[in-house]
Amino acid sequence: MAASPTRQRRYELELLGLADDELIVGWRDSEWTGIAPMLEEDVAFSSIAQNEIGHARAVYELLGDDADALAFDRRPEEYRCAPLVQLHLLDWAHTIARRWLYEVADEIRISALRETLPLAAKIDREEQYHRMHAEMWHERLRDTAPFRAAVEELWPYALGVLPAEQRNALAARIGRPVVDAVERGEHVDGFTGLWEEMTTVRRSAPAGAQW
Amino acid sequence: MIWEVFRRGRAGAAFEHSGSVEAPDAEFAEAWAREQYGRRGESVALWLVPRDAVHVVDDWADEFDLKYRRVDGYSIKARLKEARSRVGSTERRS
Repeated sequence: MAASPTRQRRYELELLGLADDELIVGWRDSEWTGIAPMLEEDVAFSSIAQNEIGHARAVYELLGDDADALAFDRRPEEYRCAPLVQLHLLDWAHTIARRWLYEVADEIRISALRETLPLAAKIDREEQYHRMHAEMWHERLRDTAPFRAAVEELWPYALGVLPAEQRNALAARIGRPVVDAVERGEHVDGFTGLWEEMTTVRRSAPAGAQW
Repeated sequence: MIWEVFRRGRAGAAFEHSGSVEAPDAEFAEAWAREQYGRRGESVALWLVPRDAVHVVDDWADEFDLKYRRVDGYSIKARLKEARSRVGSTERRS
């Protein structure tokens, strides 16, 4: 892609944001491993979390030689992930609401990247299954009060996953108006704690842990 | 609701019973079975069958020991050997 340095830089930042979103949403979702409401869902949810982390790796590898360095060697404030994925959610309604909102937003974002990013099609093939999973839960929970409240609460965060020009598409898909978004670049209170836990091994063995 | 899972390992192979998933409907059963029986590339197709739909047959009366009906009723070893030597081959065909 022939692009001016600024445009190229913007594009790289966009990809870094995407990779960070995938890493952190994968990390947060993996916190349900072992304690999801049903055994079968535990397996499925953990697997989806792993897929997301795999997508992060693939995009980090496009951006630098060492995916681990990008994933673990930055300071917390350098991460570009949207606040939506950083939230430490302690109940299933919120967790599924985030999964659903995130998948719908991610689909819009990935399809906009198809022309410039060959990897997008590959990522999207796995995301199709994630969307099926999210949609199935959404259909089941959408008329329940806890889920509706969770969507209401997370909606400004969901908008913050996408750049301004893609938000109308998200609003149309979710059936909500565009409101002030919780923008990328802000970090929620729990993020430093997540970062500390996520980078513990890396910081204790900077040369690379052997398993 | 329990769904019995049958897995086809490769194109043309027979479906084999592989286990089960507990799921409220076919949609959830599919999502969960995909994870548990397909995510490592071990299946090309799955059959998901509600356990209630399985008609079980497990009682076999054989009161008079009619062993001539069973495959272990006779030995065909000797006759096989004889047949092989007749056609001039000692190799088994597989």
